[in-house]
Amino acid sequence: MHPFEYLRPRGLAEAIAAFRASHDARWLAGGQTLIPTLKLRLASPALLIDLREVPDLGGIRVEADRVVIGAMTIHAEVAASPELRAALPALATLAGGIGDRQVRNMGTLGGSIAACDPAADYPAALLALGAEIRTDRRALSADDFFLGMFETALEPDEVVTSVAVPLPRAAAYARIDNPASRYALAGVFVARFDDAVRVAVTGAAPAVFRADAIERALSADFSPAALDGIAIDPDGLNEDMHASAEYRAHLIGVLARRAVVAAS
Amino acid sequence: MRITLSVNGREVVAEVEPRTLLVTLLRERLALTGTHVGCDTGQCGACTVHLDGRAVKSCMVLAAQADGRHVTTVEGLADGDTLHPMQEAFREHHALQCGFCTPGMVMAALDLGAEASDSRAVRDGLDGNLCRCTGYHGIVEAVMAARSRADAPL
Repeated sequence: MHPFEYLRPRGLAEAIAAFRASHDARWLAGGQTLIPTLKLRLASPALLIDLREVPDLGGIRVEADRVVIGAMTIHAEVAASPELRAALPALATLAGGIGDRQVRNMGTLGGSIAACDPAADYPAALLALGAEIRTDRRALSADDFFLGMFETALEPDEVVTSVAVPLPRAAAYARIDNPASRYALAGVFVARFDDAVRVAVTGAAPAVFRADAIERALSADFSPAALDGIAIDPDGLNEDMHASAEYRAHLIGVLARRAVVAAS
Repeated sequence: MRITLSVNGREVVAEVEPRTLLVTLLRERLALTGTHVGCDTGQCGACTVHLDGRAVKSCMVLAAQADGRHVTTVEGLADGDTLHPMQEAFREHHALQCGFCTPGMVMAALDLGAEASDSRAVRDGLDGNLCRCTGYHGIVEAVMAARSRADAPL
């Protein structure tokens, strides 16, 4: 790692002021993406601002029609929350499958979505569930938040404070891992609401995206058979040593069916 | 920067660079070499310690992030010459071959707690730890045996 300065402010205003005063600051949440990135010298910020002691960025609150999760809530807490397991088990199960248990004990929801790794799990859930991402200055829909590979709508000095996730009638996430890295080769989150079905895909493209054709088919008929004959276009999907674009397109259909079965 | 933390119940005050990793502080400054560096990329889990009671990979945590917190390493488990029940179970069940992954396996296993309901859950729960001798069977047996003892939780 190249040298950097480290700051752990006790308030959000203080944190943002420090960020703006530096020519090259980065936010530090759990560090489970950032620290390996620094070790590989793929990033070399002048200042890390640790958000751990900023108040009111944690906690899980289930309300009548949604759940609000603080940005600094670690994956292990999301996975284990009895309230969330009752209200939205698909999200708790997804959090329990991120990385490994040590990563889940450090990594945070806000850090994961702000990093926007192409194979991250949370973006699929938030996009499919139509979540609202709240920051220190505004609220963004998930549709407007995730822009591309490692790219979100966040300004550099902007901090995710919480996400508000609508509670669906049913939901499920299905993923196929790269057996070595355990990152998703493809992952599909299906969320069934009273008026529509939303489906988001991670791991298969440079960024999370909604699968329109699958959404339309499942909105008309929420069953695996509804997806028969629906072909996913491999154009634009990731192609690497682990899987071809055609194989990933095939997996999206398989995983969507599995998620529908699990959510039924 | 100056940090203050508790390591195995002892208060430690250290002057560190912000980029110092927790594992580096433990091994090179505090001479607690029971915590191993295996891959140094967050894959293998040999550097697993507990931070405020939760298993973390100390090669992916800055020493600065541990400021004001409690760290437990494998050296903090035994009571004098009496091994912790999890360590004793590893010994009884021959849950180590070369021993390199063992401290991390023990620390991760202790974090499983009640989640270690059966051997499948233990295998899933330890998927952040690699044994390059592939000696997983004995490790799972040891964790299952330790789990059945009332005094095993850290």
